[in-house]
Amino acid sequence: MARKKHRVVVKSELCKGCDLCIVYCKKGVLASSEDLNKAGYHYASPDDSKECTGCMVCVLVCPEVAIEVYGE
Amino acid sequence: MKLLNKWPDYYKKDVATHYCPGCGHGIVHRIVAELMEEMDLGRRAICVNPAGCAVLAYKYFDIDMIESAHGRGTAIATGVKRVKPELFVFTYQGDGDLSAIGTAETIHSANRGEHITVIFINNAVYGMTGGQMAPTTLVGQRTTTTPGGRNPKFDGFPLHITDVIAKFPGVIYAERVAVNGPAGIQRTKRAIRNAFQVQVDGLGYSIVEVLSPCPTNWKMTPEDSFKWITEVMAKEFVPGVLTDKRGGGD
Amino acid sequence: MNKVFMSGNHTFGEAAIRAGCRSYFGYPITPQNELGEYMSEHLPANGGVFVQSESETAAINMVIGAAATGTRVMTSSSSPGISLKQEGISFLAGFQLPAVIVNVMRGGPGLGNIAPAQGDYFQATRGGGHGDYRTPVFAPGSVQEVADLTRVAFDVADRYRTPVMVLGDGMLGQMKEPVVFPEPISDFPEKEWALKGRGDGPSRYMASLILDPMEMERHNWELVRKYQVIAKNETRYEEYMLDDAKIVAVAYGTTARIAKAAIKRVRKEGVPAGLLRPITLWPFPKEPLQNLARRIEDFVVFEMSTGQMLEDVLLSLEGKARVAFHGRPGGVVPTPVEFARVLYREYQRQMRVNNETA
Repeated sequence: MARKKHRVVVKSELCKGCDLCIVYCKKGVLASSEDLNKAGYHYASPDDSKECTGCMVCVLVCPEVAIEVYGE
Repeated sequence: MKLLNKWPDYYKKDVATHYCPGCGHGIVHRIVAELMEEMDLGRRAICVNPAGCAVLAYKYFDIDMIESAHGRGTAIATGVKRVKPELFVFTYQGDGDLSAIGTAETIHSANRGEHITVIFINNAVYGMTGGQMAPTTLVGQRTTTTPGGRNPKFDGFPLHITDVIAKFPGVIYAERVAVNGPAGIQRTKRAIRNAFQVQVDGLGYSIVEVLSPCPTNWKMTPEDSFKWITEVMAKEFVPGVLTDKRGGGD
Repeated sequence: MNKVFMSGNHTFGEAAIRAGCRSYFGYPITPQNELGEYMSEHLPANGGVFVQSESETAAINMVIGAAATGTRVMTSSSSPGISLKQEGISFLAGFQLPAVIVNVMRGGPGLGNIAPAQGDYFQATRGGGHGDYRTPVFAPGSVQEVADLTRVAFDVADRYRTPVMVLGDGMLGQMKEPVVFPEPISDFPEKEWALKGRGDGPSRYMASLILDPMEMERHNWELVRKYQVIAKNETRYEEYMLDDAKIVAVAYGTTARIAKAAIKRVRKEGVPAGLLRPITLWPFPKEPLQNLARRIEDFVVFEMSTGQMLEDVLLSLEGKARVAFHGRPGGVVPTPVEFARVLYREYQRQMRVNNETA
């Protein structure tokens, strides 16, 4: 597998589980976690096996500024 | 790897907001904070926030702000901008604040062509107080004070306030946008940037009406809220540029 | 400036401008229209801002905006319009913002009429708006006092960060008298609390919202301490012919002038009457009244109302003296003869009581 060019990080304590990033990510990078954060939400969690393209749609739709995208 | 999207400067860092999951406020707040930085307005900005869910917006925006009594934001903004025209003054108001109790202030600040910018968050309902009818509630829409759905015979019709004031000579730029997906969010940022630029250029009054999701009071998921805006709300409140007098005419 | 002949309404405006007021927001309402008109002409000429707002409610909120930036600002109205401003005045008190609000009183309640009255005493001194706050209230009794007290009002507003009301009536607003104005001032110390954009510093929020009840309580008691300081330092009143008085009238504003004329009349008939004239209605001059009650048995309260300041007189005297009341509400302006008859009658009563108990 090629080296990852992009990586998504979700600040789980800011996330409210609205799932908009999950809905809009075309690569299925994000999924709802089994765990709950302190506020009681199933926060969005990146699946590192998926290929993030760095399109930043997740950042665009997130109401909580909870997503960071890293790239080269 | 380096971080490609930084936290906006004029947004208080890592503060969990009180807004509901999927609420449009968070998206528009972020857009405003980004524009404060990109357009170098944050240092001289004064934001007047409303009574409504955004009554707590001061916890998130990292610029000078003034609280307002319900509906009075545009009058307060008028007072600030008239005596200190070098400040960048904008209001951030909901549909009750702007088009119910604040109707007179909204119309007259626009009619006088005050050099302020108005960000109008339209979610067709009174969010903070638990989901009552708003002036912009759609016909047939169920709210806590229209349990059978809004009936024009008793409750009138959805109020198109932005369309009304767009006709005023002093209203230089008015656009309606929708937070209903990535494209809508991009358009929202472009519209608010245009509106801010109108004040920066000293041209006059500008307003952006943002159709915004309220999943809790609409009793929908955030995803379905976005769909409802596209399929239902935007048919009544049609997005688009309502007036653009930046070139001098319209 | 030499002596000029000017109306009360115009004098409010000129005095404000000379006190460094550079913004006025207001809406027309009789009998104070001339004040707004004066500002529309003279404020812009002095580099200031005039806006005729769409309502009195809008005006008081424009005042909030201007006051938040540290500018000296004024609004004016008359009774029903002042009712519309009450929410805004409460907010000014909660924000701790300085502003001057002029009320040129007329007959009421409701639409009332446009004749002079003093029916807004409760509204002015008992809050009028919601919440735990007090508003300093100045009551000029002549056009000269309009000029003098308007300046004091701006100073008190700035010094204590509070809205201040100047309470006149339609007579005072419309009549013309000779006035000497003080020299204009315009340089003021900077207000570090004023908003001017955060610049390179931390952002600030001008608010009256305090959700935590314990914090709100703390804020309420802080305001009370401020009001105690104002009461200690800013109480004003006039003593007229009190040295040998045996019966004391209590009246303010236009009514006090009528009372003075009545006192001159009855003194010719041997009635030793005097007047205590409150100049601040809040803080009310309790102490001078209580001091007088040590030797004065009879007070007569005169008002152009059905009896509002009367309650403050009763509260202050704590039952230590007899209090009579004579009022004309609804826009009726009483005459000196009418007041003289009341003073005469009350003094006769006092003499009878004393002879009977002698």
